[in-house]
Amino acid sequence: MKPLTFALRAAPPQRLDLSPLTPANLSGKSESDINAIELQTTRERVTVGDVFQVRMGEADTVVFDGGSERFDRVGSALSAGAVVVEGDVGVEAGRLMSGGRLMIRGDAGAFTGSGMRGGVLEIAGSAGERLAGPLSGETVGMAGGLLLVRGDAGARAADRLRRGVVLIEGRAGAYAGSRMIAGTLAIGGEAGDLPGYLMGRGTILLGRGATRLSPSFGDCGEHDLVAARIIADFVARESAKLARLFRRRLRRLAGDLAALGKGEILLPRA
Amino acid sequence: MLELTPTGVRVDDTFAEAFDMRGTALTITAPTKRWALQAATTMTGFATSVIACGCEAGIDRAVAPRETPDGRPGVRVLLFAVSTSELQRQVQNRVGQCVLTSPGSACYAGLEAGDEKLKVGAAIRFFGDGWQISKKLGSRRFWRVPVMDGEFVCESTAFMTKSAVGGGNLIIMGATPAKTLAAAEAAAEAICAVPDVIMPFPGGIARSGSKVGSKYKGASASTNDAYCPTLKGAVDSALDPEIGSVLEIVIDGLASAAVAAAMRAGLSAILTLGPERGALRVGAGNYGGKLGRHHYRLRELLP
Repeated sequence: MKPLTFALRAAPPQRLDLSPLTPANLSGKSESDINAIELQTTRERVTVGDVFQVRMGEADTVVFDGGSERFDRVGSALSAGAVVVEGDVGVEAGRLMSGGRLMIRGDAGAFTGSGMRGGVLEIAGSAGERLAGPLSGETVGMAGGLLLVRGDAGARAADRLRRGVVLIEGRAGAYAGSRMIAGTLAIGGEAGDLPGYLMGRGTILLGRGATRLSPSFGDCGEHDLVAARIIADFVARESAKLARLFRRRLRRLAGDLAALGKGEILLPRA
Repeated sequence: MLELTPTGVRVDDTFAEAFDMRGTALTITAPTKRWALQAATTMTGFATSVIACGCEAGIDRAVAPRETPDGRPGVRVLLFAVSTSELQRQVQNRVGQCVLTSPGSACYAGLEAGDEKLKVGAAIRFFGDGWQISKKLGSRRFWRVPVMDGEFVCESTAFMTKSAVGGGNLIIMGATPAKTLAAAEAAAEAICAVPDVIMPFPGGIARSGSKVGSKYKGASASTNDAYCPTLKGAVDSALDPEIGSVLEIVIDGLASAAVAAAMRAGLSAILTLGPERGALRVGAGNYGGKLGRHHYRLRELLP
């Protein structure tokens, strides 16, 4: 089955809002309809036809042949099907997505996967700050689905995570899992300062610890957790590296005791 | 009566009458096979008949570590009851009192689909007194309840089927108690290998088959006098003069086809053992065909 492909003609002249280019929105549209879709974020009008050469195919899979850090809101509100970006994207990729699969083969900007509810979002490169987090004024971040970053993530990854699984194979910035409500965050590399800052519930696994751990977490000792085996099995479908960490003996730190204190940081034995 | 079998065991031209039940399956795991089996054995204890036990339950099979959600040795148990609410109560009580309490145990749903969901961890979690942790992975939710040896992990809900069948049976008649028991043991062993069924009575075998009703008020069932060898000359007996002992195997299954497969396997084992070492005759229990929707004719189950 041939995918519907948007081949980048040249670097876009302004930031673009690519949220209309999802399988659900493109299904049943003609080539001319698609070429006329407006993508501008300034007063200067930019249409799909100006930026991309469209190669028609089945809209179940949408491919961007070429990326740019000016590609904002790629796969936003994706509910089914697949979106693949052969390059970088800007901010809010996969925001509010509820199903389907979004694959970004380059780097992603801030607020990637913000408030996502379901589906799978994979970033082959690194992600910017506030991965999966809420926008200003929102009380809840990601609430379902699976978000995988093969590289590193910026500050406040999984801020206010409500439900779902966030996997970062590389390092994370400061305040990873800050204000987590629940859910699971796993970081393969070293995390920045104060992971789990003010988290209420949820699980954070730190593969290589953090530059500074909060003193408001209580050491509960090392354990072989049955729950970690189940998480490992689930995570192994997307990341063998992180699954291996969950299978190790784990030191459990309960916290953040400065907040509700029913969350945990898990530190695999080296 | 049929004289059909080449091995010389007579098979009655009759049928087993069975009933619709609610059924569910749970997979219990533990650090070792021994403790998985212990938890499963305890939670399926006192579950021979819905008449007085609330449910009928038993062990379906051992589950290899590679097939269990947590990669540890497991045992799959089946539970059957006459109503959804009773099955819910039994699952909750038995998991709470017998699995939660067993060292190192965890409990997971054993059916991948069904008609309704029963609460398992969703009910047991309150034992955690606020320290319980929910972990939702994909579409499955697990509860982690802190206990004195670590954590009890229990899946939140388990599917239940309304297509379960209870009361498939074989009545095994022999010359002596020893030979009859040998035939019943052979049948029970063969049925153990059939998936999705249990035999709720001790070792799969019941010696006190019952009839509906009693001369005493308040007793819903009483001894099946027509099959009691010591009453052969006193009642309208179903037994021939040479029958000296009768045992029954009762089968519950998650589907009608599973019950039929189990009866076929049991019958085949009895016929293979033959009349010299085992049973002289095999029959089945029914109530005239008016009470239960499922009828299993022995002649259709012959090998």
